[in-house]
Amino acid sequence: MNQTRALVTSNYLDIRRDLLLIAEMVTPQSRLLDVGCGDGSLLEYLAREKQVDGRGIEIRQSGVNACVARGLSVIQGDADSDLPDYPDAAFDYVVLSLTLQATRNPRKVLHEMLRIGRRAIVSFPNFAYWRVRLQLLLDGRMPMTAALDDPWYETQNIHLCTIRDFDELCARDGIVVEQRIAVNGQGKRLGGAPANWFGAQAVYLLHRR
Amino acid sequence: MSAALPPLHSLDPIGPGHRVTLGETLPLKLDCGLDLGPYQIAYTTYGKLNAEKSNAVLVCHALTGDQHVANVNPITGKPGWWTTMIGPGKVIDTDRFFVICSNVLGGCLGSSGPKDNDPATGKPYGLRFPVITIRDMVNAQAMLLDHLGIQQLFCVIGGSMGGMQVLQWAASYPERVFAAIPIACAAKHSAQNIAFHEVGRQAIYADPQWHKGDYFEQNTIPRAGLAVARMAAHITYLSEAALHRKFGRNLQNRERITYGFETEFQVESYLLHQGSSFVERFDANSYLYITRAMDYFDLAGQAGGVLANVFQGTKTKFCVVSFTSDWLFPTSENKEIVRALNAAAANVSFVEIETDKGHDAFLLDEPVMFATLQGFIDGCAEQRGLTGRSAAKGGRA
Repeated sequence: MNQTRALVTSNYLDIRRDLLLIAEMVTPQSRLLDVGCGDGSLLEYLAREKQVDGRGIEIRQSGVNACVARGLSVIQGDADSDLPDYPDAAFDYVVLSLTLQATRNPRKVLHEMLRIGRRAIVSFPNFAYWRVRLQLLLDGRMPMTAALDDPWYETQNIHLCTIRDFDELCARDGIVVEQRIAVNGQGKRLGGAPANWFGAQAVYLLHRR
Repeated sequence: MSAALPPLHSLDPIGPGHRVTLGETLPLKLDCGLDLGPYQIAYTTYGKLNAEKSNAVLVCHALTGDQHVANVNPITGKPGWWTTMIGPGKVIDTDRFFVICSNVLGGCLGSSGPKDNDPATGKPYGLRFPVITIRDMVNAQAMLLDHLGIQQLFCVIGGSMGGMQVLQWAASYPERVFAAIPIACAAKHSAQNIAFHEVGRQAIYADPQWHKGDYFEQNTIPRAGLAVARMAAHITYLSEAALHRKFGRNLQNRERITYGFETEFQVESYLLHQGSSFVERFDANSYLYITRAMDYFDLAGQAGGVLANVFQGTKTKFCVVSFTSDWLFPTSENKEIVRALNAAAANVSFVEIETDKGHDAFLLDEPVMFATLQGFIDGCAEQRGLTGRSAAKGGRA
């Protein structure tokens, strides 16, 4: 499931911006769980810059080993199976960065995150991004963008959604969107442009009603 | 015990290190209900304890290990059993940490055990030594630390039965353990592992030289039984892949099979050697007692059957390590520990090391294990306010 994160890592600026947006939402000295923490770059950044007491879950053992070797507290596991092990409200934040769309049961994962964390931070690629829409409309092919750069037969992304879809799920399930930041293909924050057209990715800060 | 008995000479020297008598005023309350005291614990130390007494690392040994973790073993003449991990510039850097390793209670290398003389009879205890548990071993170690004036350990580390002791330490004395590294172990001994142990014990019982545990009085030891026990156990420490890689179906000192019952295959010769060298250094009754202690280990059982309850509120930092080819303490059992720690919202890291070397991989040169543990220990040392690795050493040699 960390395929997405791993791919984004190849674009240093994208990952920096995406993770920086998440980091901005986090209060210093809080407790945080990063689900799908990859090589631990967000955890390390938060530990150093914001004195965050961070933990991680990562599916690839090589990623886990790299994190632990960096002095981070990380276990091997994944969002679908390992979140139920954690008690209620164990963390201030539970982060799932560019991974929700790769889970087997994203709705359940979202609720698990909000159970074990007082807040959840979720980012995902927006499937209603104009480049995606255009490729599907003009080419008639599964779209491939910087954020979605695997062909359909190799992608880990089995539950893609749009910003509008996600907003609707939150409304339906009683999840409060505290903050939403959409970024364009260059990873820059959108100004007034409609997010669901021009947002390549979106980052949400959520809590339960 | 009588010094006139040749087989015992090899077990007599405890080698470098110390031996302390504990439990003279306050006996050790054993799980079996008996009080033990006074009793003796043999131990070795490496490095220097700092002024704050905050750099102590306790190393817990496995079933047939001993306190000679990083010095030449006085009985076998071989290097200490964990020189891959412990020593100057190693992951557990003796230039940086004060490392303590004690022979477990019930052992045969200087700590009180069944081969000691029972003061009541003047003869070796044999099976009259009280049955001990992993918790008893840990409580004895805690009394050793009291004796050494060490309130909190920076780290407790151990593999296999040593890992069980690490978990017991974290459960019994959470405030005394800053960091815990249980390697290739489980929170309880599985039915399959109890079964393997029982095979070993039955081999010892079946040896006529065992004399129901009173072999010293008969001037003998149950060599054959103990050797078979070791041979069977040794197979479980390896893996099918490792055995195949090392021996395959290679024949021992012959060109073709001879249709007989001499040592035909190399793997047989290897196992025979493992068995016969083991009896030179280990006491059969100790083997019975220590395997029993492992069998009784069930950490959740100490907390109403819920493992997470054992670790509730713990501040200890854990790093659990397992090996892909370990079928004695497979990853699934190590992950049970991790799950329980998560449920207790504990600070836990978990790594599974890819190797074909089986359970014994924790004793061997496993660079990924060293790298991850080095990272974990450095991170913990920073949080504990210990000085960094000396620049001169530059990490692991």
